[in-house]
Amino acid sequence: MAGSLIELKNITRSFHIKRNTYIQAVNNVSLHIQEGEIVCLVGESGCGKTTTGRMIVGLLAPSAGQVLYRGRDIAHLDEREKREYRLGVQLVHQDPYASLNPSFTIYDTMAAPLKRHGYTRSESATRGRVIELLEMVDLTPAADFLDKYPHQLSGGQRQRVSVARALTVNPSFIVADEAVSMVDVSIRISLLNTLLRLKEKMGLAVLFITHDLALAKYFAWEGRIGVMYLGRMIEIAPARQLVEQPRHPYTQALLAAIPEADPDITRHKRHIQLRSMDLPSLLNLPRGCTFHPRCPIWEAGLCDREEPELSQFRDGSAVACHVIRRQRAEELA
Amino acid sequence: MNPNLDNPTLTPPSSLPAKPVASEAPGAPAAPATPAVTIAPAAPGAPVLSIDGLSIAYQAKRGWVQAVREVTIDIRRGEALALIGESGSGKTTLGLGIVRLLPGNARMNQGRITYHGAARSGGPAALNVLELNARGLRQFRWQECAMVFQAALNAFNPVLRVSEQFADTARAHGYLQGRELAERAKELFRLVRLEPERVWNAYPHELSGGMRQRVLIALALLLEPQLLILDEPTTALDILTQRNIMDVLKELRTRLDFAMVFISHDLSLAAELADRVATMYAGKVVELADVYTTFKNPHHPYTIGLIKAVPTLTTHKDHVSSIPGSPPDLINMPTGCKFHPRCPLADDRCRREEPPLKPTTGADHQVACWYWKSARQMLGAQ
Repeated sequence: MAGSLIELKNITRSFHIKRNTYIQAVNNVSLHIQEGEIVCLVGESGCGKTTTGRMIVGLLAPSAGQVLYRGRDIAHLDEREKREYRLGVQLVHQDPYASLNPSFTIYDTMAAPLKRHGYTRSESATRGRVIELLEMVDLTPAADFLDKYPHQLSGGQRQRVSVARALTVNPSFIVADEAVSMVDVSIRISLLNTLLRLKEKMGLAVLFITHDLALAKYFAWEGRIGVMYLGRMIEIAPARQLVEQPRHPYTQALLAAIPEADPDITRHKRHIQLRSMDLPSLLNLPRGCTFHPRCPIWEAGLCDREEPELSQFRDGSAVACHVIRRQRAEELA
Repeated sequence: MNPNLDNPTLTPPSSLPAKPVASEAPGAPAAPATPAVTIAPAAPGAPVLSIDGLSIAYQAKRGWVQAVREVTIDIRRGEALALIGESGSGKTTLGLGIVRLLPGNARMNQGRITYHGAARSGGPAALNVLELNARGLRQFRWQECAMVFQAALNAFNPVLRVSEQFADTARAHGYLQGRELAERAKELFRLVRLEPERVWNAYPHELSGGMRQRVLIALALLLEPQLLILDEPTTALDILTQRNIMDVLKELRTRLDFAMVFISHDLSLAAELADRVATMYAGKVVELADVYTTFKNPHHPYTIGLIKAVPTLTTHKDHVSSIPGSPPDLINMPTGCKFHPRCPLADDRCRREEPPLKPTTGADHQVACWYWKSARQMLGAQ
């Protein structure tokens, strides 16, 4: 697709576990992210969402497939392009306690990239820019934070510093990996709101990786949610549509299983009975559709033989399921 | 000097372990000297455990961290009580305090915990938990009150099979051995939806996180405790596994008769499983109500804010909002109501005086806020 900020072309990543044993953490995933777009990746642990995020920011190289940044394969960039990509794509880590240098003040942490990449030429300009950035992430009065060390800040405040640090180099794309999961519930939303405001103001695109579908829906209200299962993208659709009319049986089961913070809703949910409770091991993946041993609508001879491809539907969703695909075709016929 | 002396299994308090310090608060009323012979089952709704004015502090370099402050709450027989609140609100400390497993730098300065005897034969009638000696404590833990800890993998000895861990616990409490124990354990495994044969001979690393959590629950129930404390029982588990654990817990409650205390920052767990919810903030219970009231008609500005801050799958984006500010420093607490720096309704009185937890419209709905009557309306809650 032309004009994509980030494009994943059939990326696969395998890890060497022990002699002659490999697991495929990510398997044949393709995805386009446009400028200013919000995409959430959700799934259970081990589904490959974090590995996908790390391949996008260049911390891991795909075993197969390509990651394109503004149309160029990031594995084959020249020096100038590489610099542009490195600055343009930033990562906000999950753990705000581990991702800030404890012996740096907030000012030191923020000033380092500004000076290193020549964004500011004088100490006073650096100081001004740091204050401006801290205010952008609602750390006010910013001057009070400059000389503090990370241990003097709460988890939420630290995570705001992480976001501000990512913004120092004027990125066009941020990957936020479980960026609010270690922050107290009462301030998660305000942190997400800060990110949403930055997206509006600076045209940032965000890939938000989370296991919380309710948060994903809130954050990607105007964007898309992709659901991963055992390394594969099994459904991707506009956020509200995915939550309100999930198509893939796994997405349906997931949504039905989620407990919700409302006793009326959560106690009257209809749960979907899976055929098996156990998540298959990545070491020994089922043949065909990897969900078939648990799927309530699987068909013998089809789902246990062939792996379904992600097929695009007219309503903007894409689903990797043989049965759903056939049902849709019959409806249209 | 101690009402527990009438229990023959307990040695005098002179042999109290030095730590944790559990001295009785000065001026605290003596425990009701219930004769040990009355062990008739208590009426439903009667407390199985009463916590009365309990305060717990940790010593830190900067000073005392006031983790739990004057908490008074009854845990009723057979109920599921959820303790919710942000990290640092004191919920885990309170849970650890009940079974007296606090770390060495903790002090229980004030208050008392009374366990109201088991309905089964031989159980003590009323135990002053803070004055139990080592032997009494060993009995109280697991036989009367079991706890399932947060990190399920760390709770097991990695070199022992599940069967050996069960045998250890059983031996320590003079419970069944050998084949009888295996039968009982396997029966519990079936209750928590595990394959008995496979699990009984497995090592912890051979089990998934959800399975380990279920083994722990089964182990906790081995001696038929009257009270089960679960600290973040579903945190760090996948959604479908969480669902399974919740279903198991729900089913267990209908089959066995015990009270549960959930400690969780996850409001959805409380919404799903709890009968009553205690909302904690800065070491205090600020609101206590049945689960529907807590979620549908909360009166404390913090609870109102917390419920609004957690979106459900059906919430419209515009109905979600967060609480301004951040949780208080537990060493240097704000004056007056500890929530006042973040509360939109705070005035001079709130900055000066801390409101007590008081019944509102009914005795079962208690709120610690000077303005509980108008809070909902003023905060525009639906």
